[in-house]
Amino acid sequence: MFQPSDFDRAAVRARAEQFRHQVARRLDGSLTEDEFKPLRLMNGLYLQLHAYMLRVAIPYGTIEARQMRQLAKIADAWDRGYGHFTTRQNIQFNWPKLIDVPDMIDALADVGMHAIQTSGNAIRNTTTDAFAGAAADEIADPRPYAELIRQWSTDHPEFQFLPRKFKIAINGAEADRAAIRAHDVGLQLVERDGEIGFQVFVGGGLGRTPMIGKEIRSFLPAVDLLPYLESIVAAWNLAGRRDNKYKARIKITVHELGIDTFSEMVEAEFPARRAAFKGADQAILADLKAQFAPPALPARESESFDTALNVDALLRDWAARSVSPHHNPDYGVVTVSLKDHGAPPGDATSDQMRLLADLAERYGQSELRISHEQNVILPHIAKADLPALFEALRKGGLATANIGLTSDIIACPGMDYCALATARSIPLAQQISTHFRDLGLEQEIGALKIKISGCINACGHHHLGHIGILGLDRAGVENYQITLGGDATETMALGERAGPGFAYTEVIPALERLLRAYLELRESATESFLDALRRLGPDPFKEALYAEAQRHAAQ
Amino acid sequence: MSKKFIPGVISANDLREGHVVYMNDAGQWVLRLKDAAFLDDPVIADMWLDLANAQPEKVVGAYLAPATLGPDGPEPAHFREAFRASGPSIELPHNTLAGS
Ligand code: HEM
Ligand code: SF4
Repeated sequence: MFQPSDFDRAAVRARAEQFRHQVARRLDGSLTEDEFKPLRLMNGLYLQLHAYMLRVAIPYGTIEARQMRQLAKIADAWDRGYGHFTTRQNIQFNWPKLIDVPDMIDALADVGMHAIQTSGNAIRNTTTDAFAGAAADEIADPRPYAELIRQWSTDHPEFQFLPRKFKIAINGAEADRAAIRAHDVGLQLVERDGEIGFQVFVGGGLGRTPMIGKEIRSFLPAVDLLPYLESIVAAWNLAGRRDNKYKARIKITVHELGIDTFSEMVEAEFPARRAAFKGADQAILADLKAQFAPPALPARESESFDTALNVDALLRDWAARSVSPHHNPDYGVVTVSLKDHGAPPGDATSDQMRLLADLAERYGQSELRISHEQNVILPHIAKADLPALFEALRKGGLATANIGLTSDIIACPGMDYCALATARSIPLAQQISTHFRDLGLEQEIGALKIKISGCINACGHHHLGHIGILGLDRAGVENYQITLGGDATETMALGERAGPGFAYTEVIPALERLLRAYLELRESATESFLDALRRLGPDPFKEALYAEAQRHAAQ
Repeated sequence: MSKKFIPGVISANDLREGHVVYMNDAGQWVLRLKDAAFLDDPVIADMWLDLANAQPEKVVGAYLAPATLGPDGPEPAHFREAFRASGPSIELPHNTLAGS
């Protein structure tokens, strides 16, 4: 398993110490808020609606049991006993006090964790497929590359004052589980004639101007990864707009210049950058690959699991939703839902974190992952252990069998926490999730991605929801716009706005009309909402959404 | 052209703790919106805001939060201010683990 180097540990300690002094100087008045704010943001500390918020990095969503246990301890000691896992594979603590944050950061450093570059105009945490290193459909494990990118980008002297934040995502499997084309740079691991390389996309992103990343290289040899990335970031660092924060992201640069021109700029940078890399990165990569080598998984019989499935309907339902194919047929990849009906999506209590840590140690090689869909993954579980794991999860309230269904909603914090929000997200998610369960329609509706953001920044990926919901402020009242047809996978699409927004209390009835119409319109029970929408086009769905309004208008 | 003046209260976040605070008639920081000083004169509101901004050792991000005057004191004039005044609209998660 990967372990940070002594150099990394010392750097994290030094940074924690530095921040402790900065906080002390703010509290004794020697730093003004204007001076302090950039410093706190560099350490992942925001000021939200009701409290400070500390965003802790979970690089590429990979976390060990002992680290998860430490997060639980931090939640208990300095927060309110829970944390919020995000679409960026990080965890956010919603209630720290400024005076306690240095202690929290020290506690993180104790287990090799930190909050560096989780905010600000830097290269942020590189995200990946949460099934990395385990999935049956994997071409190569993206994590050694993600860690290489982390080491290269952290405190990179040329990239300390980028025009805006910069997000990279890597996917190593056939199915895109990292939404790579919604990132500034998206990397898809591919194999060509036995050689591993990357298909490179650039200029994707969500926010107020959503764009799908464009291919800039169909095959980049893996050895060229860092010099090529450096060329991309350097080209944008020069050409990116600094006059307008909303136009500063690379998606705008690529859009305004065109992918061909931007590609020429990158290629112009590339030879010199490549020459400057003398192979140290490749030595590091080789070492990282060894550290991320798959754990030695003993052969285990799986017949007992098949037998248990036959007799236990609850286990069967849960396994059907939560267990995905592992490259070792004796094992499965387990997704633990953090979306119990009626619960805030992505929240885990400290007890749940500890339970997950215990179970990872007991059954799962001490490994856990955070998915961009705000769930927790146990990547290596022997099928023979699944019944016992299920039982333990059930006792801890963590066995909701809803992965991929209506209630497996992504929702950003929205106006319940976020200072930028224009409306709430979480209570809507809570109501949707209980409503369709109570109607008994959740299983029948089947595969569906609902994603909710509390403002145009799109932290809840609403553009990528089969049904996207965007909360806005219309004349001092919460109003929700619905988009249809978004898709976060390898067939990525941005949702299209269905029409005028809905008042808070109108959203659920509108969704019910929409989903009942889908059940009527679909060809068969196996045609998903997204497939039906693609086949029929949006019109019949829009009609259902606005049926009530049309009836009123006609009266 | 300057923005139309909206009456309100001076609100900010407490520097050390982060929670929402309001300024009362005595220029002190208090926790409840209804104890805040209601300001409906733009000139006075500006003066109070300057007073708040002169206390960086106590608060962060002071601003004039829109409010109306109700029978018990100021009330939020926008839903954002209502959430700031009363906290998240959702129940915070608490330990759900059976037996603990
Ligand atoms: C302190 C709370 C937060 C603040 C202030 C914040 C701020 C922002 C802003 C300003 C943007 C727009 C960026 C742009 O397009 O230029 C953005 C985008 C985004 N944020 Fe957040 N965010 C917060 C919380 C979160 C959370 C909780 C998540 C995950 C659940 C998240 C994930 C994202 C994602 C995925 C995007 C869109 C992707 C993109 O960068 O294009 N953020 N955020
Ligand atoms: S989408 Fe808006 S409301 Fe939601 S977390 Fe991002 S900035 Fe906050």
